[in-house]
Amino acid sequence: MAGKSRKGGSSLWPMKASHALLMQGVALLIGGLVIAWFAQNAASNLARRSMQLDFGFLGSPAGFSMPFQILSFGPTDTYFMALVTAFANTLLVSAMGVVTSTVVGLGLGVMRLSQNWLLSTVSGAIVELVRNTPQLLQIVFWYVGVLQVLPQARQSLSFGDVAFLNIRGLFLPAPIGGSWSSLLLITFFLSLALAPLARRYLPLHPRRSSLLWLVPPVLLIALAFSLKGWSLPALKGFNFAGGMVLPPELVALWAGLSLYTAAFVAEIVRASVEAIGKGQVEAANSLGLSSWLTLRLVVLPQALRLMIPQLTNQYLNLIKSSSLGAAIAYPEIVQIFAGTVLNQSGRAIEVMVIVMGVFLIINLAASAALAQLNERVALKER
Amino acid sequence: MTEKIAVAGTSTIESSPLVDAPLNGAITSNAAANREASAVAKRRATATARTRRWLRTNLFSSPLMGTLSVLTLLLLGFALPPLFRWAFLDAVFDGSNRSVCGAGACWAFIADRLEQFAYGRYTPAERWRVDIALALLAGFAALSLWSRNPHRALSVLLLVTLCPAIATVLLIGGVFGLPFVPTDQWGGLSLNIILTFATVVLALPLGVVLAMGRRSQLSVIRWSCTAFIEVLRGVPLLTVLFMAMVMLPMFLPEGVTFDRLVRAIIGLSLFVAAYFAEIIRAGLQGIPKGQYEAAAAIGLGFWGAHRLIVLPQAFRLVVPGIVNTVIDLFKDTTLVSIIGLFDLLGVVGQSIKDPNWLGLGREGYAFAALVFFICCYAMSLLSLRIERRIRSASH
Repeated sequence: MAGKSRKGGSSLWPMKASHALLMQGVALLIGGLVIAWFAQNAASNLARRSMQLDFGFLGSPAGFSMPFQILSFGPTDTYFMALVTAFANTLLVSAMGVVTSTVVGLGLGVMRLSQNWLLSTVSGAIVELVRNTPQLLQIVFWYVGVLQVLPQARQSLSFGDVAFLNIRGLFLPAPIGGSWSSLLLITFFLSLALAPLARRYLPLHPRRSSLLWLVPPVLLIALAFSLKGWSLPALKGFNFAGGMVLPPELVALWAGLSLYTAAFVAEIVRASVEAIGKGQVEAANSLGLSSWLTLRLVVLPQALRLMIPQLTNQYLNLIKSSSLGAAIAYPEIVQIFAGTVLNQSGRAIEVMVIVMGVFLIINLAASAALAQLNERVALKER
Repeated sequence: MTEKIAVAGTSTIESSPLVDAPLNGAITSNAAANREASAVAKRRATATARTRRWLRTNLFSSPLMGTLSVLTLLLLGFALPPLFRWAFLDAVFDGSNRSVCGAGACWAFIADRLEQFAYGRYTPAERWRVDIALALLAGFAALSLWSRNPHRALSVLLLVTLCPAIATVLLIGGVFGLPFVPTDQWGGLSLNIILTFATVVLALPLGVVLAMGRRSQLSVIRWSCTAFIEVLRGVPLLTVLFMAMVMLPMFLPEGVTFDRLVRAIIGLSLFVAAYFAEIIRAGLQGIPKGQYEAAAAIGLGFWGAHRLIVLPQAFRLVVPGIVNTVIDLFKDTTLVSIIGLFDLLGVVGQSIKDPNWLGLGREGYAFAALVFFICCYAMSLLSLRIERRIRSASH
């Protein structure tokens, strides 16, 4: 009866079956009455505005355009397409944020752990400063205090003459796809997703099955060769042509999300490594393992086990925080739906249900995927 | 670690001649002076040796570390002096509009707007009421946290019942000859504090109910509490605030409207209650089964056992978690600036659009960041101290 022991002492005060039924019935009744009251109010409110609960508006043309999108979207497209496009923008900034926050956070965490006083102090100062100021403030600061005071296109900050930063955004080189590129790109993502599954279910020898991990890098190299070349941004008149541009809103949101999450990732890394008993390192040393092997075979596997659930939480927080893009008009799902679409259509209930539903689905999917990963690295106790 | 102990050890041994020096003061003054000089020289020598050793262990333990140290120093050397010059040397501290601003930071803007940053558009003549309300809350919060207070439970009770009542009357006014101040004039940092406090007072009891509901034997209650908690933890706070702003009025009878501030507090409370519930549930799970059994053995019922035995212990366990959530909440109250309330962030955003002080975003947001940093850092130090006290009490 694992369920009973989990619920603490409630089994000590058993409830008569009839009692339990009665109480649940009362709870259901009260809940039902409250919901019915809400529903009735909503119905009369909607009737007064001669509206009804109807998701059919998703099929009508949106009539607005977005300042930035990775999917194609125009004013003649439907509200549903606006939802999909805004969703893609949310996913884009979240994915960028997860990658950079992990890299920066690992860097800061390792710096914090280092014996070098200067490195650990600098890292500690950054982490404390970032953790103790509101995330929204940071995002707005990046936008208003950093990106909006950048120079015009002619005086752009240049990074090796391939990337440029100015008030219109970050200009990056863009790959020009060859005939095979898009196919290879899709195969690459598929291989990333399928490699763990194949490794698990294909009847291969463990040693040979780890060769499966070579497939994605090989595809990536093939992809690099399939490109026709790169389109570099170049100054033409008053603006840049060629390449691709990340608008200032995206850059500010990306920077704000990444740095804030990175500070928390750094703390997780530090706490997890410090939680590994000193005896573990000493035992590894006395076995004659080098410091690199100690790290790789003893410290990291144990620290990773502690880190993964906490990192999962941080990534989920990052995805949710991408909604703060609404404050700086980055066209993500809250800005587009709870802002523009709600104002245009006046459908408060439908719009909020859709927005919250989308975030719930992202969150449930992400936490399910990461729970799978956690299960694989968790301690297998006999 | 051993290295540090060794350094500390040598320092005490080396400094002993200095302690001896006054004892030998009876010898001729010349000799004493000589001794003094040599002692100083020795102290200097040991100081340099100590510095050198410190540098070697902490900055230059290996070629790689040395390179990293030098690189970091260079980076800091590039970044810090211009920042320092901007913030202090070239800064302007006094003036009435942006014509005084130069190359450096224009802190005159902050000085000019300080009142708004603290109180928003609250009627200037009535701002003493905000001061008193906040002082009352701060005083009772300090009393409730003070570990040697003999009436701590009473202080907490007053903090969550009497204080909010008095503060509400003071802030809103309209009675006892206090002029009425509508909530849309409230703002600035005081609004962040008021929002945080009101939310905690509402969310904490709700969190306890949700936590116990999630552990209930009754599946209807368990499932509905679980669903509530998971839904609110799965969506961003901003959507909950939007929901409270635009969706809540749809579910109320015609003509019943809440104040915008109240709607924001409702949204924040529902959201934070879900997080409190999970923290409290963890605390309840951390209570050993023996405590429940002992409570049952002395004849306590379910509610008695929870009220007298389990919840007090669980609360003690989760205080650091609650304080951390309160810190997050305090930072997150800035989100109300998106839904049209003027908290500190909102007031700063408004002020930098003022023609007199156009485009001073950096100064404004840097100041707001400093204020939030001081508040949050102080709270996190407090949380650490409480955690340490709990740990030392349980051992």
